[in-house]
Amino acid sequence: MTKSSNHQLPESNLSASVIAAEKQLKKTRMLLLAPGILIILLIGILPLSIVLTYSFMTPGDYGGVKAEFSTAAYVQLLFEEDIFDETFSFTSSYLQIFGRSLALAIFATVASLLIGFPTAYFIATRTPETRSAWLFMITIPFWTNLLIRTYAMLLILRDEGAINLGLMKLGLIEKAIPMLYTNFAVCLGLIYAFLPFMILPIYASLEKLDFRLVEAGFDLYANRFKVLKRIIIPLAKPGIAAGCILVFIPSLGAFITPELLGGGKSLMIGNLINIQFGSSRNWPFGSAIALILMALVLVSLMIYVKRSGEKGASAHG
Amino acid sequence: MSANTSKAAIDIRNTSKVYGKSRVNGVVALDDVSLQIRDNEFFTLLGPSGCGKTTLLRLIAGFEQPTQGEILLFDHHLEGLPPYKRPVNTVFQHYALFPHMTVSENIGFGLEMQGKADAEIHKVVDEVLALVQMEYLANRKISEISGGQQQRVALARALAPRPKVLLLDEPLSALDFKLRKEMQLELKRLQLDTGITFVFVTHDQEEALTMSDRVAVMNEGQILQVGSPKEIYDHPARRFVADFIGDINILGAEILSSDSARASIRLSGGFETSASLPDQSDALSGKVSVAVRPEQLEFIDDQESAALRCKIKRITYFGSGSHYDLETAEGESITLRQQNRLGGHRNYEVDDQVNIALNEGSLQILAD
Repeated sequence: MTKSSNHQLPESNLSASVIAAEKQLKKTRMLLLAPGILIILLIGILPLSIVLTYSFMTPGDYGGVKAEFSTAAYVQLLFEEDIFDETFSFTSSYLQIFGRSLALAIFATVASLLIGFPTAYFIATRTPETRSAWLFMITIPFWTNLLIRTYAMLLILRDEGAINLGLMKLGLIEKAIPMLYTNFAVCLGLIYAFLPFMILPIYASLEKLDFRLVEAGFDLYANRFKVLKRIIIPLAKPGIAAGCILVFIPSLGAFITPELLGGGKSLMIGNLINIQFGSSRNWPFGSAIALILMALVLVSLMIYVKRSGEKGASAHG
Repeated sequence: MSANTSKAAIDIRNTSKVYGKSRVNGVVALDDVSLQIRDNEFFTLLGPSGCGKTTLLRLIAGFEQPTQGEILLFDHHLEGLPPYKRPVNTVFQHYALFPHMTVSENIGFGLEMQGKADAEIHKVVDEVLALVQMEYLANRKISEISGGQQQRVALARALAPRPKVLLLDEPLSALDFKLRKEMQLELKRLQLDTGITFVFVTHDQEEALTMSDRVAVMNEGQILQVGSPKEIYDHPARRFVADFIGDINILGAEILSSDSARASIRLSGGFETSASLPDQSDALSGKVSVAVRPEQLEFIDDQESAALRCKIKRITYFGSGSHYDLETAEGESITLRQQNRLGGHRNYEVDDQVNIALNEGSLQILAD
């Protein structure tokens, strides 16, 4: 329709043409949204639906699944079936793996925060030119595959590795300290792998921080510690939260690091899932664990969002 | 300490501040400045940007350390004291209010950091909010209030801990004209009400003249003149001060003879009169510059007693008065300002030849 025809239209026709125009607009909008929705469907919803469906099926004999409904995968997580009388008894072995994963991920997150915050602060307080040089150095490890970096870690940590040899040469220890295949090694590996994900968002927050506010804090009788606690940290909170989420979630599901540095002793959820799809040939169980892991992350994120939302609201009122 | 020095709220002694490595290749922000600011006065540091006024303020606040010299606050040496140990608060140019706190929390912050009890913090915050007429915004977030309101909160926050000296770093520069006028009066009232010494930094000469008890005019890291607004306006000692504050005419002249305060001079047009000498005038003789304000010039009919013979180049009418741009017979450009009174005096036109008289008491010899 053209503008000139619009002018001559009587009232009722005008509203009809408005409705038509709105419909057209909706169509265009849908068309423009379509690629985004398609991507979400293809790489988000579809794979998840497959995983969800598999988790309620029966394992196939040589991997894969048989199309028979079963809740066995979820039962298996907590209960063990007796081979002889087919009764179920409670087992905590999988829960232990969940617990260890959670503990290691939390520890790695806290340690990354303690290392990452000062690092980010240091970079954010440099001059603009040196800042980019520091950021560049933070991102250098990403150029190498995580697997290779983890192998390097392995070489450093093992009994004949750089640390033990060095300490022995110096005469500080007589026998090698076993570090490889411990929770310590896994945690160190996780921190090493994910530390940049802590540093970068915190840096982004601190870089935007108006340092005149820090001066105002000093002016108003706050010492260094109080300025950090009352001004810098609250204002860097979005970055700290983002960093913690970005370290915690991949740590919880990590499998290369615990596989190489934890050996068989420090199994994490990621390894458990990996095994189900590999040697154990139990795809439904693997799918079930993956979904439960996702649910755990989702619930903890929702609690976090709700809590921070409430805090914001109370500060508002 | 002598009785004389103990009257100073702030005593700045031979203080220099150099940014960069050495005096040779560093930037000299303050060059051997000495200044005494009295207790309970509204003191203004006036100068163009980069003159060192903000540096001086930051040295007092403790954000910077002097390269040389010392600063005393009520006879206490401030050297080495961090900002949070100085009983001095600052109103920052861009307010620097804490965006994650409410208006009340911002104002109470200083008291809280001083370890005051909650009840006392509440009481003082309420008092200060009333002082700046902001009670109704106590629980707002900083992002929810206007620039003018933020200005008041910044003021309240700095006043709440009752500092011995309040430092104000161009706090009005971000406000619009009307609000700025309003805040000028408000600041003056607050200073009188609280009895706190205010040190105010501005590049706005009008602001400096309206509010201050005393003004220090600064340029290139040095203090050129300190005095009351009237002294500074009527008797600028240096050419820079004369130029920087208000409109002024500068005429060439020659000193004929002088005593300690005044000198007989001959203007380049030949007219002989007398003028005030600046304080540091030992070396003045021969050719000098003489300053006179446009409102101290007057049209007269009598050619015999006229100091200057001029031609009118341009007339600017601005309601209550008019500006006349004139050119002397010697080719010097000067301006004359006259109140417009109906039927009061002759009407002049561009290109008229006019006779000008100078108010003799208003002539001021300038040191360079």
